[in-house]
Amino acid sequence: MDIPYTVEVRRDTGLNNGKIGIWLFLASEVMLFGALFASYILIRVGAPSWPRGATILNVPLATFNTLVLITSSVTMVMAWASLMRGRFGTFRFYMGLTIMLGFVFLGVKYVEYSHKFHDDLFPRTNNFLAIYFTLTGLHMLHVLGGMSVNAYLWVVGGKMWKTNPAWFTNRVENSGLFWHFVDLVWIFLFPTLYLL
Amino acid sequence: MTTEHAASAHAPGHDPAEIDRHVRVYVTVFVALMALTIVTVAISYLHLPTHLAIAIALIVATIKGSLVACYFMHLISEKKLILAVLGVTAFMFLVLLGLPAITHSNGFWIHQ
Repeated sequence: MDIPYTVEVRRDTGLNNGKIGIWLFLASEVMLFGALFASYILIRVGAPSWPRGATILNVPLATFNTLVLITSSVTMVMAWASLMRGRFGTFRFYMGLTIMLGFVFLGVKYVEYSHKFHDDLFPRTNNFLAIYFTLTGLHMLHVLGGMSVNAYLWVVGGKMWKTNPAWFTNRVENSGLFWHFVDLVWIFLFPTLYLL
Repeated sequence: MTTEHAASAHAPGHDPAEIDRHVRVYVTVFVALMALTIVTVAISYLHLPTHLAIAIALIVATIKGSLVACYFMHLISEKKLILAVLGVTAFMFLVLLGLPAITHSNGFWIHQ
């Protein structure tokens, strides 16, 4: 039996099930990161002193990573727009670019983490580094998760597109919503951890 | 038949002019996000007082986040049910962020 409401919309919600599903998931993600942001505020306000992020972290590298993630958001939405135009080849180009930019982001984080560990700066060193590694580590896991789904759609997308293009387009849209959320979280993480 | 042709034959069927209009918006938002990122970093080098720096950084981040949510995530034209779900989420998120402030105003640390 086919999965219902993958393309057609439900009369009660006015949406297909995939769309409502991904938004409910993202709502839970907001609460997950919200709890960690609240922890950050609690720890920072309660600390007798708090270092400026720029004195410990590498701002130019993080700025570069912010630009990379924003660019990947645009390539992601362009991948979806390509499918809406019926251009699968263009979709593969933009989706490939999105995945590649994800690798660039992870590569820069690897360099950042390596420098910290080399300088004997670990999560156990102080509260600032503990919350820094927790927040950026969790965010990095989300980047990995998004890249995995995008890579899956990039690899097996041809078959899905031939079988049911409207469903495939919806899947790419939902994957894109997650990817944009990851970008959105970073937009707040970057100034919070690196600049303030 | 090539993949491109096969794709065209089964395309979801949206107006190309409408998609082109969306793409122009995406590019505009992209430029705005890049510019605002540079602005955020530039302001941090002004070494403003902490409260002012936090306020400005959060305002700029909120503008950037709104652009991503409204245009890349299409919230600006999304169904009311999704907006309602997100409204409840936003409220609970603000409660979460407010909890440390409530604790602090009660003098939680003062009595430690």
